[in-house]
Amino acid sequence: MPTKPEAARAPRRAEHDETLLSIRDLRVHYALRGSSLARLFGRDVGTVKAVDGIDLEIAKGEVLGLVGESGSGKSTLGRAVLGLAPITGGSIAYEERRIETMSGRALREVRRNLQMVFQDPSAALNPAMDIETAVGHPLRIHRLARGDELRRRVVDALERVGLSPADQFLTKYPGELSGGQKQRAVIARAIILDPVLLIADEPISMLDMSVRSKLLQLMLDLKADLDLTYVYITHDLASAKFFCDRVAIMYLGRVVEIGTTEEIFADPKHPYTQSLVGAIPDLDPDRSTPRDLPRGEIPDAASPPLGCAFHPRCPQAFDKCGWESRDLRVLLESHWTTVPEAEYDAERAIIGDVDALDLPDHVAALPAGRGHSGGDVERVLDTIHAADPDEPFWRGVRQRRVVDAGVGIDFHEGEDPALRPAGGVQVACHLYPPPGDAAGPPPQPKE
Amino acid sequence: MAVMRRVLAPFRETVGFSRWMLLAGIVIVAFFVVLAVGAEWIAPYGYAQKSADGVDFPKLAEPGGDHLLGTDRLFFDVWSRVVWGARTALEVIVLAVAGSMILGLALGLVSGYVGGWFDRILVLVMDALYAFPPLLLAIVFGFLLADKIGAGVVSAALSLTVVYLPQYFRVVRNSTISARESTYVEAARALGAPGRTVITRYLFGNVIHSVPVIGTLNAADALGTLAALGFLGLGIQPTDGADWGFDLSRALDDASSGIWWTGVFSGAAIVLLITGLTLVGEGLNETINPVLRKKRLQKIRREETIR
Ligand SMILES: Nc1ncnc2c1ncn2[C@@H]1O[C@H](COP(=O)(O)OP(=O)(O)OP(=O)(O)O)[C@@H](O)[C@H]1O
Ligand code: SF4
Ligand SMILES: [Mg+2]
Repeated sequence: MPTKPEAARAPRRAEHDETLLSIRDLRVHYALRGSSLARLFGRDVGTVKAVDGIDLEIAKGEVLGLVGESGSGKSTLGRAVLGLAPITGGSIAYEERRIETMSGRALREVRRNLQMVFQDPSAALNPAMDIETAVGHPLRIHRLARGDELRRRVVDALERVGLSPADQFLTKYPGELSGGQKQRAVIARAIILDPVLLIADEPISMLDMSVRSKLLQLMLDLKADLDLTYVYITHDLASAKFFCDRVAIMYLGRVVEIGTTEEIFADPKHPYTQSLVGAIPDLDPDRSTPRDLPRGEIPDAASPPLGCAFHPRCPQAFDKCGWESRDLRVLLESHWTTVPEAEYDAERAIIGDVDALDLPDHVAALPAGRGHSGGDVERVLDTIHAADPDEPFWRGVRQRRVVDAGVGIDFHEGEDPALRPAGGVQVACHLYPPPGDAAGPPPQPKE
Repeated sequence: MAVMRRVLAPFRETVGFSRWMLLAGIVIVAFFVVLAVGAEWIAPYGYAQKSADGVDFPKLAEPGGDHLLGTDRLFFDVWSRVVWGARTALEVIVLAVAGSMILGLALGLVSGYVGGWFDRILVLVMDALYAFPPLLLAIVFGFLLADKIGAGVVSAALSLTVVYLPQYFRVVRNSTISARESTYVEAARALGAPGRTVITRYLFGNVIHSVPVIGTLNAADALGTLAALGFLGLGIQPTDGADWGFDLSRALDDASSGIWWTGVFSGAAIVLLITGLTLVGEGLNETINPVLRKKRLQKIRREETIR
């Protein structure tokens, strides 16, 4: 169900009214690099949907956090805004200018206003360029200053980011600076053009604990002084809580929940957000709530799960979340890691080849092993079900058909949940059906 | 200056045996450099001089007397030919190595950064050149160029340039491709730098460090190929300069008649200079080659844990 972007815009603080950047249905798909032979014969080697249909509005002066696990497409989204990632579809409008249509000179020109701070400050600076040249280079590239004027502005930028006295740093090479100092230099280089929007891609994650909060404070000071807008990319919700006005939770190239920081943290709605918020290290040692990290592994972005991409890891998933054949294989294999070896051997013999389950489908055929029948397979499934009846997987099973050759399992047709308003935020989850949806509230499984 | 430091780093980092190899090589090469630079003063006669003060040189005179290393079949003074030959050899080597280095660096940088069809075609051409036996390639180009611009130092250097170009191209292109993916290049693009700036200011300084070593390794090889060209008569004509390879081929007939001095000295010069250049190249290579270097590091670490 497509949501109307205007209606879907999350409420913002009153002071952030002017939209700076507006992203519509943005998609960045990377072709998987197959062998050259496969490419020669034009064989389709698949794509990674790094960003797959994202709508975002960034208001002037706000700090928007992009939060998600590794591979959720945060960096790709940030890079796409600067025209550094190949945009497959959708649009990015920066003050009437359409970044997805730009190239060459126009793109370089717009980058004066949009700047980026990178995760690894050691990698972001050219090792063969001294700090004065590096920090001043943007001004030279855009022919905005030279000679004494250039030097004055470099010194000014360095002092602004706390690298003072600047004279000490001008002739240094990146290799001679500490991580925190390098990141400050990177920030100096980013602000020297007096940009409007700064995209900070995990700016503190590679720094020492001791300098992290100082750096975030510096960024907040700079924001106030220079009237900046930030997109803050992180996988660390705790820093997002401190730093951001709004937070967008990303999962496999989508935004699954977006809203003001207070609401997201006070009342996380999406099960993924709930597990992320639950996993924030607790400062209070007395409260020993179990760390509720999302179970299972991050799925392969090249062939994401059907339905809701989070369903294989979602403790609250139910019938319409998109259950499929691959989930059956995961179920079997995780069951087998828990049973004694003799039992594993017996069960493994009963069930035939499970490789066919890797083809995603809403029907799955579980073949019986040599010398076994569908009835045996059915009994194994029953044991697994009995061992953990709360496993969400079983909510997705519509029917089981036992035949001689094995068991056929039909899953409920899944549906990909669209982002829609729920409370003060927007969530992409079937637990929060769109208002006015005829379907009643979904079964709320106990947690 | 940072570029200079990075270029010179391998020289400073040599240790142990490789440092001695390097040192011995440098001494040998330096000897020939002195000969080459000071040929006017060191050589008693010119490279194509048959008489002095109106007196013709004797033909095939034995070493000693007026002619330290004797004279050859063409009445030339052998010692003078050896000294002038050093100049020819070093001129050709320097030109060829510099030529293939500069060209390889430029093509490799652009090809690696631009990518796409341009890159693929260049890679194909370079691979084809690389697949040819170096001598054969040099002969073909030597022929073609001798026809166009005459057989001299420049044509010999050019044909050697073509031979060694692919090596620089490959190395530079590959390190450009990996450097292109690095964050600082992306950062440069994010700053709004055009491709030209990215190549000259961000890639160049970071890919150049692999080049000098190939240069020193190639130098020895180039001398061998030059000698072979000269031996086959495709090198420098005797009236244009002294060519050790050419002299060696002339001396071939002498050897059977017991005349050893016409061939031995130019041959020895070739062998010695190749040895010197190889020692320099290998001495550097050992410190630069990451595989060898890693071994050394691991050994140190193991010893530390034992203690
Ligand atoms: N240049 C590329 N070519 C192919 N695939 C890419 C490329 N860049 C990113 N991807 C893929 O796109 C997906 C999203 O990557 P991205 O770097 O945006 O994630 P991320 O959220 O920033 O993760 P992390 O926290 O690890 O930085 C990943 O699956 C990644 O493998
Ligand atoms: S739609 Fe909601 S409940 Fe269903 S799997 Fe996704 S996150 Fe879980
Ligand atoms: Mg990232």
